[in-house]
Amino acid sequence: MMDRRRLAIAGFVVFGLLAGWALFFGLPHWYASRQAQVQAGTAAAPPPPAAPGAPVRKITATLYYVAEDGMALAPVQRDVPFGATVPEQARAIVEAQLAPPAGTTPPLVSAIPPDVKLRDVYLTERGDAFVDLSSEIVSKHPGGSLDEIFTVYSIVNALTVNLPAITRVQILVDGKEVDTLAGHVDLRHPLAKSLDWVVHESH
Amino acid sequence: MLLAALTAACLCLSIALPAQQPSPASPYTVVARDGRRPLATRVFGGQEMFALDDLARLFNLAVREDAAAGGISITSGTQSVVLSQQQPLASVSGRMISLPTAAVRDGRAWYVPVDFVSRALAPIHSTKLELRKPSRLLLVGDIRMPRVAARVEPLGSITRVTLEVAPPTPHTVTQDGQQRLIVRFEADALDAPDIRAGATTDTLQNIRAGDTPQAITIDLGPRFASFRAADQPGPAGSTRIVIDLVAQTEAPPPAGGQPPASGQAPAPAAPPAQPETPPLLDLPPAGGLRTIVIDAGHGGDDTGVKGEKGTLEKNVTLSVARRLKASIETRLGVRVLLTRDGDQSVASDQRAALANNNKADLFISLHANASVRPGVAGIEVFYLTLEGYGAEAQRLATGRADSLPVLGGGTRDIEITPWEMAQARHLDQSAAFARAVEAALRDRVTMSPRALQQAPLRVLVGVNMPAVLVEMGFLTNPQEEQQLAGDERQNTIVQALVDGVLRYRSSTQGTR
Repeated sequence: MMDRRRLAIAGFVVFGLLAGWALFFGLPHWYASRQAQVQAGTAAAPPPPAAPGAPVRKITATLYYVAEDGMALAPVQRDVPFGATVPEQARAIVEAQLAPPAGTTPPLVSAIPPDVKLRDVYLTERGDAFVDLSSEIVSKHPGGSLDEIFTVYSIVNALTVNLPAITRVQILVDGKEVDTLAGHVDLRHPLAKSLDWVVHESH
Repeated sequence: MLLAALTAACLCLSIALPAQQPSPASPYTVVARDGRRPLATRVFGGQEMFALDDLARLFNLAVREDAAAGGISITSGTQSVVLSQQQPLASVSGRMISLPTAAVRDGRAWYVPVDFVSRALAPIHSTKLELRKPSRLLLVGDIRMPRVAARVEPLGSITRVTLEVAPPTPHTVTQDGQQRLIVRFEADALDAPDIRAGATTDTLQNIRAGDTPQAITIDLGPRFASFRAADQPGPAGSTRIVIDLVAQTEAPPPAGGQPPASGQAPAPAAPPAQPETPPLLDLPPAGGLRTIVIDAGHGGDDTGVKGEKGTLEKNVTLSVARRLKASIETRLGVRVLLTRDGDQSVASDQRAALANNNKADLFISLHANASVRPGVAGIEVFYLTLEGYGAEAQRLATGRADSLPVLGGGTRDIEITPWEMAQARHLDQSAAFARAVEAALRDRVTMSPRALQQAPLRVLVGVNMPAVLVEMGFLTNPQEEQQLAGDERQNTIVQALVDGVLRYRSSTQGTR
């Protein structure tokens, strides 16, 4: 008699413990991992999930390259992958701006040194974008005020011109604030769009 | 069997290889109290080497080969060096040092890299040994043999000869007739193998080794009138002898070179039409300018732009900065400070601080430009823009004051400018200065299509005085690289900048 009662109590205790674990640890854990899977899925595949073989969705954006006379930035219309959110779209635009320009005649010349990787783009509520670039932007920069101005403003303008939600851009290198890229342009503050450096006719 | 064959082959190679490429390098000169003698070198695998036997004879060394241990023991007096036969290493009184390459055996003779003398032999030898690789000298004992290098700067009516002497050595500068100056050093000899003028003017024909081994001769030109010499401390344990050769003036003016004492009329600004023959002093050191800071861009590890032929921006900026300092000091009588007078890196804030702490009246930053398109050329003059610095900076630029409560009641208007935004107050003056500099440059050299520009430039933001940044040309353009590396273009830019300062000064006179 006593034994059966004890067994029942023990059973309750064990059940209670199991239920408690499931409620407070197991469920959140399972849910979190599921969420992560969902997010990874959206981040990896361009939304909406494209059918195999279907073209990736694109938008047309204005990117900036060094004009033929070398005295200004020339705006060039280019297709870039569509991004569902502002940060995603910002990332796609910066990545397109960093990539070496594909074959056109006359060839476009980028003001951004080769091999620069985009580490991340952050956005604040005030419309400041922080563009975190790999250290090649410093180590491979040829220097000179004009070239550094073109490097900085091709990134600043590519974001501010294409995305009205972004009003200012600050460039970070390897996750850190920097004084300058090569000793000239002050990068300690976010910079607003400047069309002083852009030629007016479109290619 | 195979191993033995391989070893034999290697041995043959190691003997054959050095023998294949003995090269007739010019010998070093051993300089001692009792005279000079040549010391031959040979090149093995790109490394210059001395024969160990030659060193042993010269310095009374005992050399003993220890085949079993794979070493060579070299004894001088009571101390010894053990040199590895296979590895570029030596043990000097028990301490290991490395050598650029291992010793090489050629026949029965051993060869050691020239650095062996300075790194291994000098520490154990009883008398002082000094190896000077650039001038191919080996000094034995207490030989006073300063290195001397010459530089010539034509500065209008003055030709400045700068002799850089290391280590500092007592000397005299005397005139020998109308034809030459003689600089005599208290030394045993001079280490000045290829001293020459590099440029000639109508007061300077040549700089050459003197009649005695302790002297240098400066051959004077036909228009030489007088000279003055002064010593200045140079970089890293050297001294500079600055000798100004003054040219005759066409019509002898009231002697002395000083402008005539005038009551209140300000002396006229220098005529920009004849920048080649400026008077010694255009004006007394008044007129609103007392101190100018010249900022040679980049420096140290930060080389700036690198031209295709290897011209480095940091060297061009320093060279022009030094010339500009000399020219402004002699022509305008204004104190000039350089943010760097050597090849060191200087932070932007330090550059601004030097100018601010010395209450400079003008700040000129010198740079050279770059473009991804090699065709781009021309000079550009920049001043600061505060676009992009936000509303706070714009407010500073317009000079609106803050009203602050004052002890005892009431308010007082106080203008507060954060140190890092000091330039905000001077944008109008900086624009005027930039226009003056641009106009003076345009008279003399090709300008960029965008010669006058504004940009958020880091080095200018914190400068508390009118400030410009001059991009003196594109080192990425082959023609401009060649020009910028040469004296002629550098001097032209210097003349133009002096003229720009004068134009700015006359435009502000009366407003200060």
